[in-house]
Amino acid sequence: MITVEGLTHYYGDRRAVEGLTFSIQENEIIGVLGLNGAGKSTTLKVLAGLLIPTAGTIKIDGVDLASASAEFRSRIGYLPEDPPLYKEMTVTEFLMYVGQLKGRSARDVAARLPEVLRTCQIEHVANRVIGELSHGYKKRVGIAQAIIHQPRVVILDEPISGLDPKQIVEMRQVVRSLGKTCTVLISSHILTEVSETCDRVLMLAGGRIVAEGLESDLADAATAKAGVHVTMVLRGDRATVEGALRSVSAVTASEFAEETHGFLKVRISLSQDARESLVAALVTAGVGVRRMVEEEAELENIFLGLTKGATA
Amino acid sequence: MRGILLVARRDFAAYVNTYWGWVIITVALLLDGVLFQAVGVTNTPQYSADVLKQFFYTHGGVSLAVGVVTTMRLFAEERQTGTMVLLESSPLSDRQLVMGKYLSAMMLMALFQLLTLYMPGMILVNGKIGYDQIAVGYFGVMLMASAGIAVGTWTSSISRNQILAAVLGAIVVMFFVMCFRIAKVTDPPFNSLFTQVAFYMKQFAPFEEGRINTENVVYFGSVTFGFLLLATQALTARRWE
Repeated sequence: MITVEGLTHYYGDRRAVEGLTFSIQENEIIGVLGLNGAGKSTTLKVLAGLLIPTAGTIKIDGVDLASASAEFRSRIGYLPEDPPLYKEMTVTEFLMYVGQLKGRSARDVAARLPEVLRTCQIEHVANRVIGELSHGYKKRVGIAQAIIHQPRVVILDEPISGLDPKQIVEMRQVVRSLGKTCTVLISSHILTEVSETCDRVLMLAGGRIVAEGLESDLADAATAKAGVHVTMVLRGDRATVEGALRSVSAVTASEFAEETHGFLKVRISLSQDARESLVAALVTAGVGVRRMVEEEAELENIFLGLTKGATA
Repeated sequence: MRGILLVARRDFAAYVNTYWGWVIITVALLLDGVLFQAVGVTNTPQYSADVLKQFFYTHGGVSLAVGVVTTMRLFAEERQTGTMVLLESSPLSDRQLVMGKYLSAMMLMALFQLLTLYMPGMILVNGKIGYDQIAVGYFGVMLMASAGIAVGTWTSSISRNQILAAVLGAIVVMFFVMCFRIAKVTDPPFNSLFTQVAFYMKQFAPFEEGRINTENVVYFGSVTFGFLLLATQALTARRWE
């Protein structure tokens, strides 16, 4: 549905993104992750038709940004980090205006308005002046303006920034409901947010894609790069355990955390997934293995592991 | 055309639904009235046509100032408040955006002109002037204001804030107004060039007297077209940043 090939953008001499190539399927919710300066916002701005890329092609349903920019832009809904709102207008007036601005007739927009208000949970503020709304409601009105014209793709740049915990939960519901009718791209540096709402993740660092895929795929990739970490509770003396660990070539580090009631708690790092060999070596050495827990690769760890070494 | 009218209607509504447009019009009407009283209504006997000419002379200047002040917000405010992305991410072309903004300022200008009709109306009631002189005078004012608004649209399109847009707009408009003075202190052939581009003394003066010259119409039309084209190019250039 969306195909991006060799997307490169420079601000003067400064490279923002380089050689981005990816594709997105219909109704996917994609998280674009990256630290500040990674190129997230530039990528989204180009996808929204705000910037013309220095090089590369972007197509939505085969419509090219370069050759048919108006048609391309009519298929996009975009919410920047600060919602673009005319604060003197009421919510309904504003959405009617934006819908028509995006190429729909007044009748079409009026017909679609109730559904959009419901999706964004702003029915009860429909006739209020935008300037009087709370930050959370302004964000929702921002999303409403991005979907009022029934775009094929909705781009949300940091949609939960500045929201309180209750508003974040509500915003997740809104984003998930958007995914039923259109493709959604969300940029965020809050990793748990992406983990909660997105089907797939694109990780950017230094203007390049450093990882792409499901969260579980990325965890595997992170494992391949950063190894496996386990915490074990063992019965035996420390010297024997150390000897057994030395016999397993995959063990890169071990850290004895505590020793209580004859049990040793050890954190062990493996360069690859060699847990069976590790247990076998310990048992062969006469060490009792009481418990082994693998440290789950949290998205934060995956992100840090995969972006390590990438430079802006 | 639908897109142009949509942008124009919203911007015009933003002028008249907030205090901004009314403050500008009120101050301009006050200034216009005071200048009319001071320059047009004197103890010395004058022909009605001369009084009307004086009115259009001062009113033209006030209209130019109104044009600069109203246009400073067109794009610069959208940038300041972050709403420019709504326009830039819409399917409307940069040309349509510029035309919509320009048209909204022209609509406010037309409203201002309507509210000043009482002054020539007073001359009409108390003196002997023709409707044609009034109509031609207003036509000239709108043409000159159109050029001023086009200048302001351009300066707003290249400025990040409204104050800068207004200052730049005022400088460019003042240059066009003061060209006849520059012409007096420059040598040929530049003096004739400066005389030709002078808004007031050369291009607007015939309208004050109720005369329409094609060259004056073409001149103001060209200035309007040129600056609107520059504004369009400025918007397009931003997409290549």
